[in-house]
Amino acid sequence: MNLSREWLNEFVNVTADQKEFAEAMTLSGSKVETTATEGEEIKNVVVGQVKSLERHPDSDHMWICQVDVGAGDPIQIVTGAQNLCEGDFVPAALDDSTLPGGVHITAGKLRGVESNGMLCSLKELGLTIHDFPYAIEDGIFVLSRDPELAGKLTPGADIREAISFHDQVVEFEITPNRPDCLSVIGLAREASATFGAPLKLHTPVVKGGADGNLAELLDVETPAADLVPRYTARMVRNVKIAPSPLWMRQRLRAMGVRPINNIVDITNYVMLEYGQPMHAFDYRYVKGGKIIVRRAEEGEKLTTLDSKEHTLTGSHLVIADESRAVGLAGIMGGENSEIVDDTADVVFESACFDGTTIRKGALALGMRTEASAKFEKGLDPMNTLPAVDRACELVELLGAGEVVDGVIDILNFVPQPTVLTLEPDKINALLGTDVAAADMVDILKKLDFAVKGDQVTVPSWRGDVRRMADLAEEVARFYGYNNIPTTLMRGQTTLGGYSPEQQVERQSGAACRALGFDEIITYSFISPTYYDKIRWPQDAQRRKSFKILNPLGEDTSIMRTTTLPSMLEILTRNYNFRNKSAKLYEVGRTYTPGGKDGLAIESKYLTLGAYGEDMDFFALKGAVEAILKELRCENISFVAVTENPSYHPGRCAAVWAGGQVLGVLGQLHPLVAKNYDVDTELYAAELSLAALMDAKGADPVYTPLPKFPAVTRDIAVVCDLAVTVGALEDCIARGARGLLKEVTLFDIYTGAPIPEGKKSVAFNLTLRADDRSLTAEEADADVRAILELLEKELEAILR
Amino acid sequence: MKEQLAKIRTEALAALESVKDAAALDELRVKYLGKKGELTAVLKQMGKLTAEERPAMGALANEVRAAVEAAVDAASEKLAEAALSLKLKAETVDVTIPGKTPQLGHKHPMYMALDEIKDIFVGMGFTVLDGPEIELASYNFDKLNAEEGHPSRDWSDTFYFDEGSRVMLRSQTSPMQVRAMETMELPIRIIAPGRVYRKDEVDATHSPMFHQVEGMVIDKNVTMADLKGTLNLLAEELFGKGTVTRFRPHHFPFTEPSCEMDVQCHKCGGAGCPTCKGEGWIELLGAGMIHPRVLEMSGIDPNEWSGWAFGMGLERTAMRRFKIADLRLIFENDVRFLEQF
Repeated sequence: MNLSREWLNEFVNVTADQKEFAEAMTLSGSKVETTATEGEEIKNVVVGQVKSLERHPDSDHMWICQVDVGAGDPIQIVTGAQNLCEGDFVPAALDDSTLPGGVHITAGKLRGVESNGMLCSLKELGLTIHDFPYAIEDGIFVLSRDPELAGKLTPGADIREAISFHDQVVEFEITPNRPDCLSVIGLAREASATFGAPLKLHTPVVKGGADGNLAELLDVETPAADLVPRYTARMVRNVKIAPSPLWMRQRLRAMGVRPINNIVDITNYVMLEYGQPMHAFDYRYVKGGKIIVRRAEEGEKLTTLDSKEHTLTGSHLVIADESRAVGLAGIMGGENSEIVDDTADVVFESACFDGTTIRKGALALGMRTEASAKFEKGLDPMNTLPAVDRACELVELLGAGEVVDGVIDILNFVPQPTVLTLEPDKINALLGTDVAAADMVDILKKLDFAVKGDQVTVPSWRGDVRRMADLAEEVARFYGYNNIPTTLMRGQTTLGGYSPEQQVERQSGAACRALGFDEIITYSFISPTYYDKIRWPQDAQRRKSFKILNPLGEDTSIMRTTTLPSMLEILTRNYNFRNKSAKLYEVGRTYTPGGKDGLAIESKYLTLGAYGEDMDFFALKGAVEAILKELRCENISFVAVTENPSYHPGRCAAVWAGGQVLGVLGQLHPLVAKNYDVDTELYAAELSLAALMDAKGADPVYTPLPKFPAVTRDIAVVCDLAVTVGALEDCIARGARGLLKEVTLFDIYTGAPIPEGKKSVAFNLTLRADDRSLTAEEADADVRAILELLEKELEAILR
Repeated sequence: MKEQLAKIRTEALAALESVKDAAALDELRVKYLGKKGELTAVLKQMGKLTAEERPAMGALANEVRAAVEAAVDAASEKLAEAALSLKLKAETVDVTIPGKTPQLGHKHPMYMALDEIKDIFVGMGFTVLDGPEIELASYNFDKLNAEEGHPSRDWSDTFYFDEGSRVMLRSQTSPMQVRAMETMELPIRIIAPGRVYRKDEVDATHSPMFHQVEGMVIDKNVTMADLKGTLNLLAEELFGKGTVTRFRPHHFPFTEPSCEMDVQCHKCGGAGCPTCKGEGWIELLGAGMIHPRVLEMSGIDPNEWSGWAFGMGLERTAMRRFKIADLRLIFENDVRFLEQF
């Protein structure tokens, strides 16, 4: 919402400079986004009068002008424009002047002839034909041909003053609860309360007296009464369509609205001033003199002012005559009833429509307009009458037509004023302040709340004020948010903290970082094709995902049921960035259908991903083991997984804690890597955070350090290639007779002299008793028992 | 004999004084103190002495032996010292050669900011809550007083999973206020960080997914002054002691009065510069006193209890903290970016 300070000053006299004004308004609740001054880029451009013109000797189109710029002798300026006559007043950019867009003008020579500046067109000043309709677009802006400027021009005057192009403009961000502030009067009321300056409101006065009886000329029906709280209309006859006066055009321009003609400009002017959207119809196209506000018929067609044809449904509200729709209520008028140059009789509509209907209608048609943006917030039905009177008053002021006496005013809904009890103690208790009751009353009165005793009547335009807390906000805004004291919380203390799951999340994250993995954040939504990329079968149950009905794109259209493709995408990106290696982790969610209330089961996963020189299956497994150790998980085992379609069938394992699977890890299947166009081995681990939480061990309990020395023995056994180290270790553990404390693999060897199909596996065994020093014989007896079991169960023979 | 002993003494001490290495020292030790050494040879002549002479000569001989032995020890120590210093010199390293750094991982900058915020609030007795991202519109909107027709409910702004607009991706962490009110015992102090989703195309300042942290307190006699005090504390913890803040009126459907908190621009100190778009202030978060209607809808009597709540964007906070200019970097996860934190 742009505001013209000049227009504002008609209602409240505020002299604060732009910065001061912006700050004060922002702090009282009307947030200022930007401030600007019209023509601020224009410097050293003055009114000049062309004293003489002569042809340029070396050009067939240029003119050499002698221009009076109000300082001594006329100066010589060369121009290529063809629309100048002797005596014309023109904008003259002098030597060392600037124009909008950073254009810098200096004296120079044009085809050998000295030129001490430039005569300017509208465009060069940052203006258009709409701002100055008496000028032409392709030529110099001849000021003296504008009837309102002629006779008031002095050579040497600053051009911005001369054409009144120096208004100060303030851009506000108005929150949706305050549609009343989408108007000059609404903001004037806020400014009045902010600066303590009186608000000067004006009651429109209409002379009327045009021929005809309004009741005979126009009939309004509102069959869709539930969507039309109020419909007000007046009529103007013998309209003379012309440009509106300079002051009106200037104000419209400052507020960002393009001037068109007097009647259209009046509707826009009133909309900006009162916040009440207005519409003007050409009466001759309102067949039967009848206006019907009804729901559109299914499939009804209407071409709006922007020449677009729309097919409507029963949820749209239209303004119709006897036979057809002539406008989309609250959104845009119809082309078939548009004000044109020969319009003679005009109907002004000033209505209040149901906000939701207008919003949905505008949204469905993709045409949110200035009017619909106001209606959708719910306007004050009490505003329609003053607004339509103001429009008629302006018609008379501009001499644009004759107003017919009387008003058509259909009030389908009579709003009852909200009356609240002022409870200063409660307000102070909520704010933590000590504002006197009288001060509260003063604040409310400044905002036009009526206060009698402790009864506060809320003005009709303040639909947002409904209870004590709303009054508290009004008090706080003008008492000053920054004057409210700052205190620390009191009251009962609470024991805060992290849930067990959050603790596991923090702990495992810390472990990942200690292991050199960087944390990443990936999107929770993915493309359904990502399931193909990780080679999930078409009929996989896990493909069933939450599908977004209005996604931004296919890439972000379903909620992932696995974090793997998200990780792979980031690994791929780093690979494509030519990063030599990457070790990444994320704690992220998956979203599986089947939760409570039709929601998802949201599960957290710790996902690791890596590639690079130092990465292989065992490096990844080691990292996983370290994380599990950090969480003190016990009974960890790794079981080969050959069937997971995403992973290398020979380099994938499920990790178990006792009887519970924690997740999967391994090298991604080369075909998966290929799907991502990655020509290196990719590794990933997916661990369920819930399972980690279950498997997390208790706090450590101190075990006494050994008092007696250990005996170590190395054994190397030869067995079939297929026998796993895990199986050998398991057998060793079971074969020992209670003295074995530790088994460490230290070598696996194949090749001569080990026979084909066999391998030699060597372990270091640590044996110890807790109550005595072991003898060599005792240790050897245990080792013998181990070897016997290895031979018996696995045919693993001591080498 | 006396002269012999004196001579041995003089010669031995002189030789030991200038001994150069361990081998030479050993040679001297054998020469003077060994079984076949000079001192032993002299002592063997003791038998020739008279009984009267013997004690004095014996004492002298012992004295000479002790002196030579002490000199041998001293020489040996001196040699060891010299050898050690040579060894240390040989072992000298170039301390400017880079260290062998274990490759540590890095926390994502967004989570650095979040963890800091969590720590601040946990210290004040807040519980950290997690909640669903796929959420009911009734929690995201209705129970937060954002009525049917509120613009943020539009399909152009919010992601939905069903035609009836019942299930959606939460557009804010605020539904956690309602979930906490419905499930927790009063008084309540929570923060609820997490992912939120809005239908914004990706650019330097927008992402369809980002993170917020919600905070809420409900207790007896909670005031807006408490809200200001707590949030000022947060700003100081995040941006340093003496950080200047200001509170501006604003509008949220679920708080009344509502406000936004700005932090004075760290670059220009409030004078206005490109960082703060000339305003001198940078918006940090939205907050307010919980709307009585919201309390009522969750079965809490607003006449007895009051509360405040705030919500802040985490990416923006992290970007401000670490001067990250483009939001896309946050989600790109380039290790060259991540390893800067």
